[in-house]
Amino acid sequence: MTSIGFPAAAHKALTDTQMRRNVGNATTTIRERRAARVAEVPDWEALRDAGSGIKARAMATMPEQLEALEASVTRAGGQVHWACDAAECNAIVSEIVRGHGAREVIKVKSLATDEIGLNDALAADGVEAIETDLAELINQLGHDTSSHILVPAIHRNRAEIKLLFERTIARGEDLGWDITAIAEAARRHLREKFLSVPVAISGANFGVADTGTICVVESEGNGRMCLTLPRVLITVMGIEKVLPEWRDLEVCLQLLPRSATGERMNPYTSLWTGVRADDGPQEFHLVLLDNGRTDVLSDEVGRQALHCIRCSACLNSCPVYSRVGGHAYESVYPGPIGAILTPQLRGLENAPTLPWASSLCGACYEVCPVKIDIPSVLLHLRGRVVREYKSRRSPEALAMETVGRVFGSQRRYEQAQKLARLGRGPIVTAALPGWSAMRGLPEIPKQTFRDWWRSRPPGPAGGDGPAP
Amino acid sequence: MRVALFITCFNDTLFPQTGRAVVTLLERLGCDVEFPEAQTCCGQMHVNTGFQERGLALARRFERVFADAEVVVSPSASCVAYLRDNGAGLDGRLLELTEFLVDRLGVEDVGATFPHRVTLHPTCHSVRLLGIGDRPRRLLERVRGIDLVELSDAAVCCGFGGTFAVKNADVSMAMLSDKLGDLFNSGAEVCTAADNSCLLHIGGALRRQRAAVRVMHLAEILAAT
Repeated sequence: MTSIGFPAAAHKALTDTQMRRNVGNATTTIRERRAARVAEVPDWEALRDAGSGIKARAMATMPEQLEALEASVTRAGGQVHWACDAAECNAIVSEIVRGHGAREVIKVKSLATDEIGLNDALAADGVEAIETDLAELINQLGHDTSSHILVPAIHRNRAEIKLLFERTIARGEDLGWDITAIAEAARRHLREKFLSVPVAISGANFGVADTGTICVVESEGNGRMCLTLPRVLITVMGIEKVLPEWRDLEVCLQLLPRSATGERMNPYTSLWTGVRADDGPQEFHLVLLDNGRTDVLSDEVGRQALHCIRCSACLNSCPVYSRVGGHAYESVYPGPIGAILTPQLRGLENAPTLPWASSLCGACYEVCPVKIDIPSVLLHLRGRVVREYKSRRSPEALAMETVGRVFGSQRRYEQAQKLARLGRGPIVTAALPGWSAMRGLPEIPKQTFRDWWRSRPPGPAGGDGPAP
Repeated sequence: MRVALFITCFNDTLFPQTGRAVVTLLERLGCDVEFPEAQTCCGQMHVNTGFQERGLALARRFERVFADAEVVVSPSASCVAYLRDNGAGLDGRLLELTEFLVDRLGVEDVGATFPHRVTLHPTCHSVRLLGIGDRPRRLLERVRGIDLVELSDAAVCCGFGGTFAVKNADVSMAMLSDKLGDLFNSGAEVCTAADNSCLLHIGGALRRQRAAVRVMHLAEILAAT
């Protein structure tokens, strides 16, 4: 995907007013549901602290945790593979799939596999990847991409999905407008695949180092089908998903569903440890994916982005995301978390506008279940982009330098105020471009506050009031 | 009480009436107001735009200018939050106006009269960064003659965000467009806030639309008699 940068992508996205309505309605609903479910938990703030602590510990001890995970998965009969980047990961998965002679694989919704473009890589090797998550299926059928971490087709409404299904899997059948009937079309299509395809591919929400247990959290049961019916299961897990101990799940599984879908308990939580004779997949592969994550880990401020448990509360709460939708972020990780994760995973030079895709309103930090201080990381990344990649002679850098020098001295500052009143000068030029297209500027007042202060008669409380 | 006023560059230059109102209000409440004239800008714009070195140098400059002040009061929640976050909170001596009124002076009824229909834009930095809670509302509720009306989705950002409004002007305007809708639905004649930065943004669009709603800093309402 060629990146055009956030401002241009957002400009384009904002013209799709139907998408804005769809995303606006959906995020409002989820946001309200989340708020109600979180308010029920008396120790929610303590839970957030615990979640934050668990993730910080996992990151600080990641090499040991990953080795422990490898050992325990292997002990339980699984096979562990290590992939340093997307190409390596895709090659590992593809080789396993082809080794079983499979022409189709069924997939559990997985961001990690979207991140590495696994479906396209498999297609190039003659293997069709079938998405079984309802929203992922909608996107696949519509040749569309995900626009939300949890609700990948959030940009679509019911009518659009009905028409899409009728054109594709329902082969022209009129599905009516009832949501159950529309979903039934997907159900019929997928059921056949669950029962016939021998290889499944999943991501992972958590991988527990001390037991070797992998956890997938989902709402539909399609994931459960993929994780139990096929003979071979391949799980692609970003290395940041490792949790040190089994008991860490107690905290994470309370934080995630309430933050994500506003549910008290998650509908389908699948946990498996290696393979078990005559029960579930008889061959289990865990592919541990780095793909830039160790680079993120080396940034002491930025590494918080790896704490994310993919609940999407920051997306639903973000006034930017809820207006532009997910595609404007040009990444499988949209919204506030995407704005700090994508530039770090891809390299700041490859997504330099994303750290500015926020008004720094702080709504994301307020709702994050593991207390990722997204606004602070955004500021940190802005500073890095400016220091490491921007020319010191760019118009912005020069304006900032000039304004900075003006503010550095009372004399220069007061001179600039005089110039501003004349309608030119550094204060005005720094503030103007892009603003006046849509907003008027107030008339620059004839008298600054400090001029008024100096004009006050001497003595205590000697001034006039807030006269015009 | 001796109070040093940190007016902020923004108010000094663009909203002097807010500064005059703060002085009127504080003097009416018995404070002895000083204005250290060496003050300029806190550096928030620089830090938020990625020019941290320059911005933090201005925060250090702020600390030097106000080093000897007993208490520093500022009518900008955003600048105060930024200064505190960057170690320039003067060991608790820097207070946002409503914090100073409610916590330090212990007043909620400041003796104001303002017979108009008003709605409060709580502002992101007031609520989420600084955490001033319902202090602005408590102060407004005690104003004589005021008709305080609710703003839907009040806590949602208006889309200003400093240079965000320029760098991402389209998104900023989409956010503002929704805020204006809520503002018009509220029936308010006046939109107030503890920060003029949001009000510059909201007021700029109101002016462009020739709308019959005006913006006023909270201090101007509290100073009114």
